[in-house]
Amino acid sequence: MRLLGWTAPGGSEELVVCLGPVDAPVRLLILPAWFDEGNKTRRFVLDVMRHLAAAGVASMLPDLPGCNESRAPLSAQSLETWRAAGTAAASQLGATHVLAMRAAAAIAPPLPGWAYAPVAGKTVLRGLLRARVLGAREAGRTETSETLLTEGRLSGLDLAGYQLGAQMIADLADHELTQTGLTDIPQSSLGGAALWLRAEPDHDATQSAALAAILAEGLGR
Amino acid sequence: MQTTHHNGTEIDQALRAILGDVLGLGEAQVAAMNAGSGLFGHLPELDSMAVVSLLTEIEDRLDIVLEDDEIDGDLLETFGSLSDFLTAKRAVG
Repeated sequence: MRLLGWTAPGGSEELVVCLGPVDAPVRLLILPAWFDEGNKTRRFVLDVMRHLAAAGVASMLPDLPGCNESRAPLSAQSLETWRAAGTAAASQLGATHVLAMRAAAAIAPPLPGWAYAPVAGKTVLRGLLRARVLGAREAGRTETSETLLTEGRLSGLDLAGYQLGAQMIADLADHELTQTGLTDIPQSSLGGAALWLRAEPDHDATQSAALAAILAEGLGR
Repeated sequence: MQTTHHNGTEIDQALRAILGDVLGLGEAQVAAMNAGSGLFGHLPELDSMAVVSLLTEIEDRLDIVLEDDEIDGDLLETFGSLSDFLTAKRAVG
């Protein structure tokens, strides 16, 4: 495993985890799932990368600006900055293919590849708003998704510990799942329950092997 | 309201599958749930983030929309209360 750097269009130095042969002709850029789902699927993704490396495929998992180890403020990001980041990472890292996890299908660069269990930005935001409403209720305060969304579009929001700016809130709220050039890999094809659903983070070696096998076959390895 | 059983209905089965996925339960544990099985406040794993996953997945798999004001402690009290609510919600359309 190699930990390298790349530069996001905003100028921030970001980390990228690389696995597999340095001179591999097939190089897969993996755009991770977002927010809590990203944490719950991190080990799963790294395991997929190890399987791919064994099959001779190089894969790269970059931090998006504002995420993971990034020092760029999350509140300054939007779907547009993340889309530009995905494209810049693909170019700097020499990616030939892309795997977009979950909502990251919205920001995938124009490369051949796959969307794993794609989800709309508005669905992700709905879950985050609901978490905040339920959390507020437990603390004895009354908030509604509707008023939070109105406020968020104007001045941003802290949702489940993530500081999202007004532009990101608006982008997510308006994002529907659309047809992309990517091939969908539905969760049902991995033979197990989605790991991001789990209340307690867990791992499933069968699923990471299954996803890696689908990718390796598609990449002709 | 008398809690009724909906064993074997589409909603009952979907709810068991979703709870199994969220809580990481095996088929036998999921099958053993009954109308009186306690959920929110009874299962330590089922915190507010897990409730959000549960509700989002219910909306997705049953193709319904749950409003903020429909979600309260009573709704999530037991397997039966949640199943009854979803059955009624589905019937209304």
